[in-house]
Amino acid sequence: MADTEKKKVIKPIKNFSMEEYISSGHRACQGCAEVLAVRHVLKAIGPDMIMAMATGCMEIISSPYPLTSWNIPWIHVAFENAAAVASGVESGLKALRRKGRIPNKDVTIVAMGGDGGTTDIGFQALSGMIERGHKVIYVCVDNEAYMNTGIQRSSSTPIGATTTTSPTGKLEPEGKSTWKKDMVAIAAAHGIPYTATACPTFFTDLQKKIQKAKEVNGPSYIHILSVCPTGWRVPPNKAIEYGQLAVDTGVFPLYEVENGAWKLNRKPKELKPVSDYFKGQGRYRHLDERFTQQIQDKVTERWNKLVELCSEKPEK
Amino acid sequence: MTKPMEQISWQEIEAGGVITEPGNASCYHTGTWRSQKPKYDENACIRCWRCYVMCPDAVISPDLEKNIFVWNYDYCKGCGICAYECPAKAIVMEED
Ligand SMILES: Cc1ncc(C[n+]2csc(CCOP(=O)(O)OP(=O)(O)O)c2C)c(N)n1
Ligand code: SF4
Ligand code: SF4
Ligand code: SF4
Ligand SMILES: [Mg+2]
Repeated sequence: MADTEKKKVIKPIKNFSMEEYISSGHRACQGCAEVLAVRHVLKAIGPDMIMAMATGCMEIISSPYPLTSWNIPWIHVAFENAAAVASGVESGLKALRRKGRIPNKDVTIVAMGGDGGTTDIGFQALSGMIERGHKVIYVCVDNEAYMNTGIQRSSSTPIGATTTTSPTGKLEPEGKSTWKKDMVAIAAAHGIPYTATACPTFFTDLQKKIQKAKEVNGPSYIHILSVCPTGWRVPPNKAIEYGQLAVDTGVFPLYEVENGAWKLNRKPKELKPVSDYFKGQGRYRHLDERFTQQIQDKVTERWNKLVELCSEKPEK
Repeated sequence: MTKPMEQISWQEIEAGGVITEPGNASCYHTGTWRSQKPKYDENACIRCWRCYVMCPDAVISPDLEKNIFVWNYDYCKGCGICAYECPAKAIVMEED
C-alpha cells in the first residue's frame, strides 16, 4: 500500500504556468474551450503583457461592468480594431521608453479576437498590423461562427456547418456552402516571421507556439481552434475530444510557418475519416453521405498539399 | 471587493469605465450554475494533471502537502470535462 502511494506523488508540471491570468468567475458557457484557449495563451506569456481584445464571447464573459476576470492590463475595443489598438499600444510604449518615461522592460503586446473579429471585420486592421511590422502577437480564438450574437456564420465557419445564417434548406441543403478562409496562409503571404495553428487539446504544442511568438522580433499570428459546445451543439464534456478529432481527421491540421518555412507539428500515420469528427455535432447533423464524401475529398486534397508544402526545404 | 452594481453611484465610476481591481469577477460564483458535480477519488488518481490543465474555469489545483487535487466548488460549472478526460477514471459526475 505504502509503496503504491509513493509512486503517485504529484510532480511539478512542465512548461505550464501555475498562475491564472483570467480568474474564475467568468461567464463562459459550461465546457467552453475558447476560454480554455485564452487561459492557456495567458499562461504561456506570463504577467508582463497588455491585451487589446475585440468584442466577442471572450470579452462579454470576462468583463460585465464593474467586474473583470483579467489579472493583466486589458482593454476592450470595438469589434474590428483589436489589431489597430495593439499596434498603437506597441508604438506608444516604444515612444515612452525612448523618452525615458517608463522603465525599459519587455512587455508582450497581445491582440485577440474571435473568428468574426479576425477573419471578417478585423481583417484589414490585422493585415495593416502585420504589414507595418508591429511586435504584437495576434491570437484568433476560432469557434467557427459569431457565437456571442447567437451563432451566425463567419468566413471561418467550415463548409457543411449550419448556423442561423447558413441554415440547411432547399437551396443550400449542405448548410454553409463555401470553404473556411485560410487565415494562416494569408498571414504567411504577408511574409510574417511566425504564424501557426493550435488547439488547447494539444496544450504543450500551444504553449510552445505562443512562447515562440513571444520571442519573434515582429508580428506573429496564432490561429486557435476553440470548440464551442453551445454553437456546435456538442455535449460540454466533449470539448477537448472534438479538438483531438479535428486535428486527427485533418480538418484542422497543426502546423507553423516560421520565416517562410512550413512545418507540420502533428502528422498522424493515417487520418481518421471526417465522419468521425462530424458525428455527434448538431451543426453537421443534416449532412448525408454524398456531402460528407465531398468534404472528405477536399480535406484529403488540402492535407496532401499541406504535407507537400511542409516537406519543401526553403532556400537558405 | 467590488460592490454590487446597484450600490455604485455615478460619482464612484472611474473615468473611461476603468476597472482598477484585477480579477474582481471572482466575487461571482459560477458554481451555482451546476447541476452535476465532479467527485474525486484520490486512490484512483495517477497525478497526471490532465484535469487541472483542461478545466476551462481553473477550478482544480494541486494540494502538494496532501498530495491530492482539490476542487473549488464555488466556481465549478459541472461541465464534466475533468471526468471525461481523466485517464484513470478517478472523477465521476454526480447529481448535485
Ligand atoms: C461593428 C459591429 N458590428 C456588430 C457587432 C455585434 N457583435 C458583437 S460580437 C459579434 C460576433 C463575434 O463573433 P466572433 O468574433 O467570432 O467571436 P465569438 O463571439 O464567436 O467568440 C458581433 C456580430 C459589433 N459589436 N460591432
Ligand atoms: S458561446 Fe461558445 S465560445 Fe461563447 S462562451 Fe459559450 S461555449 Fe464559449
Ligand atoms: S486527470 Fe484524473 S488521474 Fe489525472 S490528476 Fe486529474 S484526477 Fe488524477
Ligand atoms: S466539471 Fe468542468 S468546471 Fe467543474 S472542475 Fe470539472 S472541468 Fe472544471
Ligand atoms: Mg467566433
